Amino acid sequence: MSYPADPQFQQPQQQQYGRPSRMNESSLRLVWVYPDLLSTYGDRGNALVVERRARQRGLGVTRIDVRSDQAVPTSGDIYLIGGGEDRPQRLAAERLRNDGGLVRAAENGAIIFSVCAGYQILGREFINDLGEREPGLGLLDVWTTRGEGARCVGDVLADVDPQLGLPQLTGFENHQGVTHLGEGVKPLASVRTGRGNGTGDGTEGAYRETVFGTYLHGPVMARNPAVADMLIKLALDVSALPPADTTWYDALRAERIAATSQPA
Amino acid sequence: MPGTGPEAARDASLPARAKIAVTAGKMAAALSQKAGRGSGSVIGGKIALKLDPDLLATLAEHLDVVLVSATNGKTTTTRLIAEALRAAGPVVSNALGANMPAGITAALAGGSEARFGVIEVDEKYLATVARDTRPKAIALLNLSRDQLDRAAETRMMAEKWREGLKDSDAVIIANADDPLVTWAASSCKKVVWVAAGQAWKEDAWSCPSCGGVMQRPGEDWFCSQCGFRRPNPHWALQGTHVIDPHRGAWPIQLQLPGRANLANATSSAAVAAVFGVAPQVALQRMQTVAAVAGRYDVVQYQGRDVRLLLAKNPAGWLETFTLIDQPPAPVVLSVNALDADGTDTSWLWDVDYERLAGHPIFVMGQRKLDLAVRLEVAGLQFQVVDTLEQAVRLAPPGRIEAIANYTAFQQLRKAVAV
Ligand SMILES: [Zn+2]
Repeated sequence: MSYPADPQFQQPQQQQYGRPSRMNESSLRLVWVYPDLLSTYGDRGNALVVERRARQRGLGVTRIDVRSDQAVPTSGDIYLIGGGEDRPQRLAAERLRNDGGLVRAAENGAIIFSVCAGYQILGREFINDLGEREPGLGLLDVWTTRGEGARCVGDVLADVDPQLGLPQLTGFENHQGVTHLGEGVKPLASVRTGRGNGTGDGTEGAYRETVFGTYLHGPVMARNPAVADMLIKLALDVSALPPADTTWYDALRAERIAATSQPA
Repeated sequence: MPGTGPEAARDASLPARAKIAVTAGKMAAALSQKAGRGSGSVIGGKIALKLDPDLLATLAEHLDVVLVSATNGKTTTTRLIAEALRAAGPVVSNALGANMPAGITAALAGGSEARFGVIEVDEKYLATVARDTRPKAIALLNLSRDQLDRAAETRMMAEKWREGLKDSDAVIIANADDPLVTWAASSCKKVVWVAAGQAWKEDAWSCPSCGGVMQRPGEDWFCSQCGFRRPNPHWALQGTHVIDPHRGAWPIQLQLPGRANLANATSSAAVAAVFGVAPQVALQRMQTVAAVAGRYDVVQYQGRDVRLLLAKNPAGWLETFTLIDQPPAPVVLSVNALDADGTDTSWLWDVDYERLAGHPIFVMGQRKLDLAVRLEVAGLQFQVVDTLEQAVRLAPPGRIEAIANYTAFQQLRKAVAV
């Protein structure tokens, strides 16, 4: 990994599929926010899977890895923001608030997918490494407190909000935070196994329009390529994509779902 | 822990409580060994420590102690230092990698009239063991992400080292190319800086001191916000040579492969020098080390040469990829996610498997499907197999490089032993 983006990802390729609805460039602009701070739990995997799934559909992809001393571009199609440790999370929130790029991108309707610490940052506030309330970006109507009990660690299985039309989510969670959902968001999924938002009501993650948050890593796209496809469809504003092979993803999903108990 | 021999004399000079503890520990170890539970050294050490909580300190009292800690390379480096110091006197060491207080206690209790105690220490226990054993030297090699579902954060680990070692009288031999190690060591009284290199950089883009963004031009690194920067090294690895503080260059000729082991040898030479062992003598002795706890072992299996390589975390895999034979050497990858490995497999996505392009690849282990998806996304060709035997049967000619994480590696060793 090198920052900024690897040159091989910086050459826009000719778009071969999909109509350029919101896409004024010839390729999908995939922005990975702050890998120097928020890339602890294989978060690079989500960027790699989105990129791979897009290229398999003949789409060009420009991946932009934005380090935390660089401005977040406002013209991306898909933004990914990952998980991290407590101090980097606070630094990331501070820098994103000062930069303003991600918020402007969201106002322009960008697609944002966030995991764990990144999910908490998109909310209204969270508890930082100093034990203080840290303002988030307010892109999701959620707020995060610190859990009293043991850390939530382990495999997760969850049913996605039917409106999103996605198969069961499988992943791994590792967090202390408890995320409370406000009126302005819907839960992304409800857990069968695992703790999800940690509130005890069985909810996992949250979303509003094209902004998503989840506690699942794994990373989540590797175990749930349908999530990557959903983001690509949203970016292209299409309801279907040409098929792309999912043999190994399917095998992994079947194994993990079988390994994770499925209480009703 | 054998009960007779030269250490009987040393045992006789121990305080009564320590004597009882050592004896009880040996009995427990012998019982455990009879019951078929490995060497029994850890259980023996546990019982002995319970009877005498100061036992580790008592046992260490008559030794010149060297502690070695790191995320990667501590077992090998402990072995290299032990070999080097044998030039100056007998050595006792936890050579098999039982690196928490009980295992360390057991190893020292089994030691005879050693002059040196060369001890590998788990990162989390370094401060405690340093307090108990009052080491003369401590080698700090590297810190990176490892077993995220259980381990502490890397920066917090560095902070723990920093707090725990700042009053130590030991000479700290620290890797100046690792910002986290440098941060941990920079509050210590006596530091010998070694430019041992670090291929993996993903855990130190954020300044451990102030959180600023680290600048990393070439081999250098510094924080543009607070001025925390790479110290000037006293020792350095340059190509295949150790450069000593007087600019003498000494060739490293190891049987162990790879850049990481050249780095381990450089740090080991710097440690040996603390005890008056000259680099050329130290390096010559290190040359005798062929394999460490089965790692790097080339074994005959099904009429083929198979080299066994252990890689437990992204930094370890990265170093391993640099030492394997060029394509088209066949590569077997085996990954488990049992408790001892960490049950979270997300780290697979931090490993640049793209570097294996051109190798025939065989994928196995409990989490072979996680690996299959990772390799598919990397755009690689591979075959999924159930056993090493199957992989070897399918592999094209050439020495086979088998890379595995912790428990998968133990299983490979078992498989080739039959
Ligand atoms: Zn700084």
